[in-house]
Amino acid sequence: MPVEPVHLTNVGFAFGDGALRRPVLRELDLTVAAGEVVLLTGPSGSGKTTLLTLIGALRAMQSGSCVVLGQELLGASLAARVALRRRIGFIFQNHNLLGFLTAAQNVAMSLELHPDFGDDAARFAEAERMLGRVGMTEFASVVPAKLSGGQRQRVAIARALVAGPGLILADEPTAALDRQSGRDVVELMRDLAKRSGMPILLVTHDPRILDVADRVVKMEDGRVVG
Amino acid sequence: MSPFLPVRLAWRQLRAERARLFSAIAGVMFACVLVFMQLGFRSALFDSATALPQALQGELFLVHPLTTALFRPESFPRVRAYQTLAVPEVALAVPIYMTQSIWRNPINGSHRAIQLIGFDTEAGAVSFPGLTELIPALKRPYTIAFDWKSRPEFGPVAAMIAANGPLHVQIGNRDVEIVGTVALGASFGADGNAVMSETNFRRLASKRDPSNIDLVALRLRPGADPIAAQHALTAMLPGDVKVVTHDQLVEWERNYWENATPIGFIFAFGSLMGLIVGMVIVYQILFADIASHLAEYATLKAMGFSPGYLRLVVMGASAILAGLGFIPGILASAGLYDVVAKATLLPLRMDATRGAMVLALIFGMCAFAGLLAMRKLRDADPADMF
Repeated sequence: MPVEPVHLTNVGFAFGDGALRRPVLRELDLTVAAGEVVLLTGPSGSGKTTLLTLIGALRAMQSGSCVVLGQELLGASLAARVALRRRIGFIFQNHNLLGFLTAAQNVAMSLELHPDFGDDAARFAEAERMLGRVGMTEFASVVPAKLSGGQRQRVAIARALVAGPGLILADEPTAALDRQSGRDVVELMRDLAKRSGMPILLVTHDPRILDVADRVVKMEDGRVVG
Repeated sequence: MSPFLPVRLAWRQLRAERARLFSAIAGVMFACVLVFMQLGFRSALFDSATALPQALQGELFLVHPLTTALFRPESFPRVRAYQTLAVPEVALAVPIYMTQSIWRNPINGSHRAIQLIGFDTEAGAVSFPGLTELIPALKRPYTIAFDWKSRPEFGPVAAMIAANGPLHVQIGNRDVEIVGTVALGASFGADGNAVMSETNFRRLASKRDPSNIDLVALRLRPGADPIAAQHALTAMLPGDVKVVTHDQLVEWERNYWENATPIGFIFAFGSLMGLIVGMVIVYQILFADIASHLAEYATLKAMGFSPGYLRLVVMGASAILAGLGFIPGILASAGLYDVVAKATLLPLRMDATRGAMVLALIFGMCAFAGLLAMRKLRDADPADMF
């Protein structure tokens, strides 16, 4: 069993069937080491996002081997994939916070998935502590509609990190933000992850943030090209 | 998995959109009121249809097995009434004659069928409110007591008696004297009733063979077990009569109106329509809630919330809507019952059994809507989130 949080060997993936079959990933190998920040770049249609959904257990595997946090995803059941998702922190391009919940309630939702965490009061206290770490203490009881884009993304980061995931997957987290907020958000992510040794796999088009990475992986036509 | 967290999430989601929440509650309330009114009318009409058997006193009754309803009885030999006295529990056996005749409205002369009920008024075994005072007067030839709860088409008889005393009318082309009024109640089968002595019944229904009767009311000795007496009588009497208790007699009449007429079906159908309309409204609201929050639901799936948790959110929302709609629904129905009861004189009342039944129906309706709306959850695909 590989010790790396993410270990992909010879992964292939295609959309469609028969004549319409369109491969998006071919014989792809990728490893993310513990505590490593990896940026995944490449042109549109190079398969970055598909790769992220496979590693995040959001899509069923077709061929090859994909071991994430010790779980082989090829042939894994839906229940096993749902269980793995709980150990991964997701950060989306759009914050995807629940509009009818306050910032703290949104963050506390993540903790509901971990029954051993304690009761509602414990979850809420932890959520507020996490919001403090992303600099959002004073916005704990504000609903997302009343926050700026950068603030929402900070709440989303707090939500992804609060349960102490073994891996963080982020998809274009800066796409909807201006230069400065985008920079702040990525640095915040990196600092928090580094402190707790969480690896980050981040898909981006944004050349301004390449320098935060330990390693930049380029993809083209479903393959890692360097 | 405790349902508390998903149900709380459902409530927070519903609460966030007030307009949608209120339209959903109004929809459930509407269904609730519709079902309450249908069931209320149904039960009130059955109550009034069984007014005659309910007003009859007696622990046991003899009826012909082929009698479908009391307004159309099959007759049987009068001697059966006397035979019952062989059973020690029976204290009194009162033969009752029933037939329909033509009443002539004293004001405008229009004709209408009236039910004549004749029995030994002095035996004291069968009585209607108001009858006791009239017993001496009813001994005179061609006298009757008129049921003041008869339909108004019979004429303002009670008012005319109150104003001018005894009134002469025509029943079956005979002149009869109304000596007073009793309370019985019109039913689907009989628009009006006239109560009289056995002798006067024979005078008015002269074509009837007096040795054939329609119903026997039995009074038992104090402390006698009606069920044991029923068994003894059934064993003793021939097959042309059936021995029933008072409750069974009422049930017999009720069954006729419920099953042999479309009345029961009409109200059941009305209730079903109400439930379907309510279900469609709740389904629309739940479906719209899921459809407009698909990204959020997909995010929850990506975070690792199981499909079961999300289904509980939807079912929680439907249960909340059921509860929130039922409370104003039952209050509004109780108010409407009062208004309608005053206007129609139908015995409409809210009772716990019906309340519990409608509560169960409304929850079932919302649960069904939730199950339908739940299918939309499949469209929330976490793989689309990136």
